[in-house]
Amino acid sequence: MRAIQKAMQRHAEQSRLVDEAGSQATAGTTSESPLEAGAPDELQGAGSVPAVKAVPDSAPLVRATDLAKTFDVSAPWLNRMLEHRPRQLLRAVDGVSFDIQRGQTLALVGESGCGKSTVAKLLVGLHEPTRGGFEFDGQDAHAAFKTPAGRQLRRRVQMIFQDPFASLNPRWTVEDIVAEPLHEHGIETDPEALRARVDALLISVGMSAQDRNKYPHQFSGGQRQRISIARALATEPEFLVCDEPTSALDVSVQAQVLNIMKTLQRERGLTYLFISHNLAVVRHVSDHVGVMYLGRLVELAPKHDLFDSPRHPYTRMLLDAIPKLHDTGRARTPVSGEVPNPLNPPLGCAFNPRCEHANERCRNERPILQMFGGTRVACHAVEEGRI
Amino acid sequence: MSLLQVKDLVVEFPHRRGTLRALDGISFDIAPGEILGVVGESGAGKSLTGAAIIGLLEPPGRIASGEVWLHGARIDNLTPEAMRRVRGRKIGAIFQDPLTSLNPLFSVGQQLVETIVTHLPMTSAQARKRAVQLLGDTGIPAPEQRIDHFPHQFSGGMRQRVVIALALAAEPQLIVADEPTTALDVSIQAQIINLLKTICKERGAAVMLITHDMGVIAETCDRVAVMYAGRVAEIGPVHEVINHPAHPYTAGLMACIPDMSEDRESLHQIDGAMPRLNAIPSGCAFNPRCDRVFDRCLHDRPELQGAGPTRAACWLHADAAALVPGVTP
Repeated sequence: MRAIQKAMQRHAEQSRLVDEAGSQATAGTTSESPLEAGAPDELQGAGSVPAVKAVPDSAPLVRATDLAKTFDVSAPWLNRMLEHRPRQLLRAVDGVSFDIQRGQTLALVGESGCGKSTVAKLLVGLHEPTRGGFEFDGQDAHAAFKTPAGRQLRRRVQMIFQDPFASLNPRWTVEDIVAEPLHEHGIETDPEALRARVDALLISVGMSAQDRNKYPHQFSGGQRQRISIARALATEPEFLVCDEPTSALDVSVQAQVLNIMKTLQRERGLTYLFISHNLAVVRHVSDHVGVMYLGRLVELAPKHDLFDSPRHPYTRMLLDAIPKLHDTGRARTPVSGEVPNPLNPPLGCAFNPRCEHANERCRNERPILQMFGGTRVACHAVEEGRI
Repeated sequence: MSLLQVKDLVVEFPHRRGTLRALDGISFDIAPGEILGVVGESGAGKSLTGAAIIGLLEPPGRIASGEVWLHGARIDNLTPEAMRRVRGRKIGAIFQDPLTSLNPLFSVGQQLVETIVTHLPMTSAQARKRAVQLLGDTGIPAPEQRIDHFPHQFSGGMRQRVVIALALAAEPQLIVADEPTTALDVSIQAQIINLLKTICKERGAAVMLITHDMGVIAETCDRVAVMYAGRVAEIGPVHEVINHPAHPYTAGLMACIPDMSEDRESLHQIDGAMPRLNAIPSGCAFNPRCDRVFDRCLHDRPELQGAGPTRAACWLHADAAALVPGVTP
């Protein structure tokens, strides 16, 4: 029975873009189905935009250049015709560029709807970029994902999802789940060796080899997240995209998972893109931090620069909004306003309706990311020296 | 006199293979105008405590023993009809997800007016006026127009404001807020926490704030109860519990939280997980995960006892309590 199920699963996955998408979809999550390979996009524009924090002597492992993803959320054609409504486009990610050096962690932070998860899906190939591109180890990843040789690339880029309850197939044993990428990529075919590899993977994430015959429901949230990490590590990837990996976990369990992730990074030289809305967690795991607002990077800086001297007003606001543990009773500076509707973003700087430094220029002209000291900031007020 | 008194509350779930005891002897009280935080990991029983107090336990869960007193009247043995009148009139509730606590088919005005008319002797015209005022008080811009909007027309933060307005509609004395900011972004979270704090202080309402976020507890609450496996592990003034935790579980929980002010290579971690209800260890329920465990912890179950300014259910403080007369459990 399970064999048939697996065969069907594998067949279905040929049209999918990474392994995890399969088990995620069967587990009933509502992730958007990836766009099928369509016409090649304007990838040739990639070289013209200067990449961020480029270090000349060592090429970065991951380089995103002007990455953008637009979703068409228009009403059906007939409704549009009858009601004279225009097409509606949602610019989920709008020109994001960054580099990640081998063995380093870039964290993306921002509030819900800022496009950080879309960036994650773009990097693993679950979405096709509308504009811009993503280079992995010097090669154009999105072009490679479409070719048979792209499988090799998929092995090297893996993803850990937020919800450990939805990302593991409840009908599969832990062994099936962790061995799946090994099967899928034909890395290991000998059953004995396969079992030994699964055991080693489970032990590397702090679980026991006996756990391989259990089912996901027999584990707590933290243990399930470790199973997801073991699965992601099965193909010996170099780059892990972690989309809110600890947000569904309790603090004590979060500490266990973060410690494992840091140990694995040290031992295997992994490169992480770590997405989170929790700034304290980001400060703990990252080397560089990118702050996103409405689909764009507003600040990109080394961790210490960002936390010690934030430049962009939005970054300052986010840092102020964190509840402080040790000076109790101190009221936070509440920020007025909310994230605007991304379907109808404000003209000029997207943050201007909530920004106390906004002036006429901010309301009309969109700022671009520029270097100030060690930090890249997209803000007119910083550029003009007003703050 | 305290407004809410919970005495030795036990909640059980009858099960085919025996009875599961989800809450095991919870006792605390809340004074008028006080904010008590209830914190703990998932499965510690914090939401269940809230549900038991407001009489919304899901069957087969039931209060097996213990008492809940609100303003000098016992409320745990009321009939469902009588409890329904207490709820809303004397106790307001705010839940985690503002979308599911509002009816999508009615405008927020209709929902507010219905609540007000049910509990207060007002005509619908007066109730509507009051509803507009409540929406204004909770910081919703242009309440006269917004009152006729439907829940889907509000953003998450605005919806939670509407839910708070609903909870306050009949001027309750106690507000039970179960993870009111967990579904919200940090910037909105700060707004909602400030609102909850000021509005309760102004009206003198007591608040039981259930959350897993120590940061929210730290800046909102007067006192905090830390729960573990269906029992209160430690209770005391919030800055004492946070800065000088007496129970090893509280200390571990605090050390797990990544600190914004220092760099650490690895975080402190409490190994293992909270025990399942059918496998709670004998003695102290925390003993398998505790780094200061000793003989007595394995056999005797500690009760809350004085541990400096706080009270902790831990044998480490047994001697301290015996030395100071008057703070024995």
